[in-house]
Amino acid sequence: MSTPLVEPPASAARRSYLGDGNTIASWLLTKDHKRIAILYLISITLFFFIGGAFAVMIRLELLTPQGDLVSAETYNKLFSMHGIVMVFLFLVPSVPATLGNFLIPLMIGARDLAFPKVNLLSWYLLIAGAVLALWAIVSGGVDTGWTFYTPYSSTYSNSYVMLAATGVFVAGFSSILTGLNFIVTIHKMRAPGLTWGRLPLFVWSHYATSLIQVLGTPVLAITLVLLGFERIAHVGIFDPHIGGDPVLFQHLFWFYSHPAVYIMILPGMGVVSELITCFSRKRVFGYGFVAAASLAIAVLGFLVWGHHLFVSGQSVYAGMVFSLLSYLVAIPSAIKVFNWTATLYKGSISYATPMLYAFGFIGLFTMGGLTGLFVAALGFDVHVHDTYFIIAHFHYIMVGGMVMAYMGGIHFWWPKMTGRMYPEGWAKFAALLVFAGFNLTFFPQFILGYMGMPRRYHAYPPEFQVLNVMSTAGASILALGYLIPMIYMLWSMRYGAIAGPNPWGAVGLEWQTSSPPPTENFIRTPIVTEETYHYSDEEKTIV
Amino acid sequence: MSSSTVLAHQFDGLEQQRDASTLGMWVFLLTEIMFFGGMFLGYTIYRSAYPNAFAIASQYMDVTLGTVNTVVLITSSLTMALAVLSSRLGQQHSTKMFLLATIGLGLVFLFIKGVEYHEKYVEHVVPGLDFRLTGPEAGHMQMLFCFYFLMTGMHAVHMIIGVGLLTWLIRKNSTGIFSAEYYTPVEIVGLYWHFVDIVWIFLFPLLYLIGQHLRGHA
Repeated sequence: MSTPLVEPPASAARRSYLGDGNTIASWLLTKDHKRIAILYLISITLFFFIGGAFAVMIRLELLTPQGDLVSAETYNKLFSMHGIVMVFLFLVPSVPATLGNFLIPLMIGARDLAFPKVNLLSWYLLIAGAVLALWAIVSGGVDTGWTFYTPYSSTYSNSYVMLAATGVFVAGFSSILTGLNFIVTIHKMRAPGLTWGRLPLFVWSHYATSLIQVLGTPVLAITLVLLGFERIAHVGIFDPHIGGDPVLFQHLFWFYSHPAVYIMILPGMGVVSELITCFSRKRVFGYGFVAAASLAIAVLGFLVWGHHLFVSGQSVYAGMVFSLLSYLVAIPSAIKVFNWTATLYKGSISYATPMLYAFGFIGLFTMGGLTGLFVAALGFDVHVHDTYFIIAHFHYIMVGGMVMAYMGGIHFWWPKMTGRMYPEGWAKFAALLVFAGFNLTFFPQFILGYMGMPRRYHAYPPEFQVLNVMSTAGASILALGYLIPMIYMLWSMRYGAIAGPNPWGAVGLEWQTSSPPPTENFIRTPIVTEETYHYSDEEKTIV
Repeated sequence: MSSSTVLAHQFDGLEQQRDASTLGMWVFLLTEIMFFGGMFLGYTIYRSAYPNAFAIASQYMDVTLGTVNTVVLITSSLTMALAVLSSRLGQQHSTKMFLLATIGLGLVFLFIKGVEYHEKYVEHVVPGLDFRLTGPEAGHMQMLFCFYFLMTGMHAVHMIIGVGLLTWLIRKNSTGIFSAEYYTPVEIVGLYWHFVDIVWIFLFPLLYLIGQHLRGHA
């Protein structure tokens, strides 16, 4: 196919990427970024429900103070596998691998990512990693926590640590290759006129995410290799018998895994920037600052890992430096929140489902972020370390932030991906259920943690029961809130209203092509002549 | 060879394709630096924690074989660079010869590495398998051998992958596809090969040479 600039015949142009072959091979061997995004969407939805099933069992056990539903050992495995599946198989790939994969070439006016085969390979790596992790789960599970701390994981645990760690290792390369593909694509494949200053904020946040994926993930990979070596050879660099330091494992692990938290939130911030500007009919306030804040979060994110080690015997001086650096992350995060809020000011706001999720994101992310400041404080962290306060804090970021953004993004771009609208009424209902269920689940956990309930125990003193019952009740509502979209999204693929190319009246190159887009994305390579988010006055009509 | 068969559909031209591929490899090498970086960090920490034990243990390293291997590897980087040059000039035969030479030198390196591993086995200094040094510092000495096997082992894995990539290039070269317009695969494999070479340039002094002045004092 040597002549891409020649216009294809009209019949081929109208054929969407979905209609381009429907055999199993046409999907499993596809190199089209849009189809690969769909493959990711299906797989991570499955992983989300597997990880969710573990959460359900955790919440059921915690309904009563006694350890009556599962044994302590089983409970250890439940929270470990919940963490491993949700972090490595759902949250890390979530927005980048689905929406990012689908949208980045469309948003920059390219025909595909720079390396389509590598893109398909990265999906297979995720699946291979997932198969290994699930194999570990069905063999009997793993009980180290998702953090694999030594010497427990290297010496004492009798569970399937190697299988699970290998799964995480392999899935890590999926993440690296996705990041590599995005970086090269964003650098080299932008349409004529699409300067860096005109890039959508979604693309900026994915660029920042990709930097972390490329620079952080290999450190996790080598750490898991070192862990595996120690588990197999019964001697290694974290082994105190030969002068090794288990805390070094924690340093190396968090050198990846703290930046990984930003892998799990930056793409969500990108989604929210797009949603807020579209449903306010206004240019994002302080575009340059929001874009730069993504990069700042990525850079600062590499300098704060030590705040996970305040009680691990790290030196007090190191703790003070890490505490200070952790506070600095609040600055770019706050810039984003304030700029989104300022974008709303005098905007022509409409309350479509994606916007509800965006509002939910801003509120819950702010809660998660502010409590992040609490736990970045040395003294307070000693009090709440390893309590439910921490659990609540990071679930406000990961679930209240990222999953809200993911849901918002899926609803927003669903018409682009499938060509059909989802049912707005049901969607709004589910969005409200998610918001209410989420808060009922996790807000009580702040109080529980502050009162001293430790994480990772299957039994607790009876005085904590009321709050735990509230939390479990909230989790049930939350689960319903996730199941309803699952049903109506599938329904809409057949029965939803035809969306048309631009149902939201949004700007952005992805809305200029048909829905669903043709295989080659654009009939003609678009030429960009304006800044992004050029919502003019006549476009300020409420959809 | 017309440009139409080597230009992937997502690119507008060969120059864009070459730029993208090269940038992709550079980004991948960044990943590799971080991957090896974890081990270099661990090495640095323990070397400064246990300088004596590391100095004594490093005298088990075979400096002669290490030096020979360093020369072999640098020479292979030369032949690799020449392979890139000749592929760019469209000289199919010399490209093949230089690629074969690079593979050959790579295999020599791996063979010598194997000889060294065998020496360590004979001397009973393989952690986890057969480690018989005793004395108050034996544990810390074992730490250096852990790093030795992990770092050179991981380096050797990269060499083996490199040999695989070179073999793939020879097959590709046999179709006469490379020219001044299109030689990107040779160039990016070359980048990778040089990177693996550079890793060794750091490993050699860290594992073999530091502490040599103490030889005889231990």
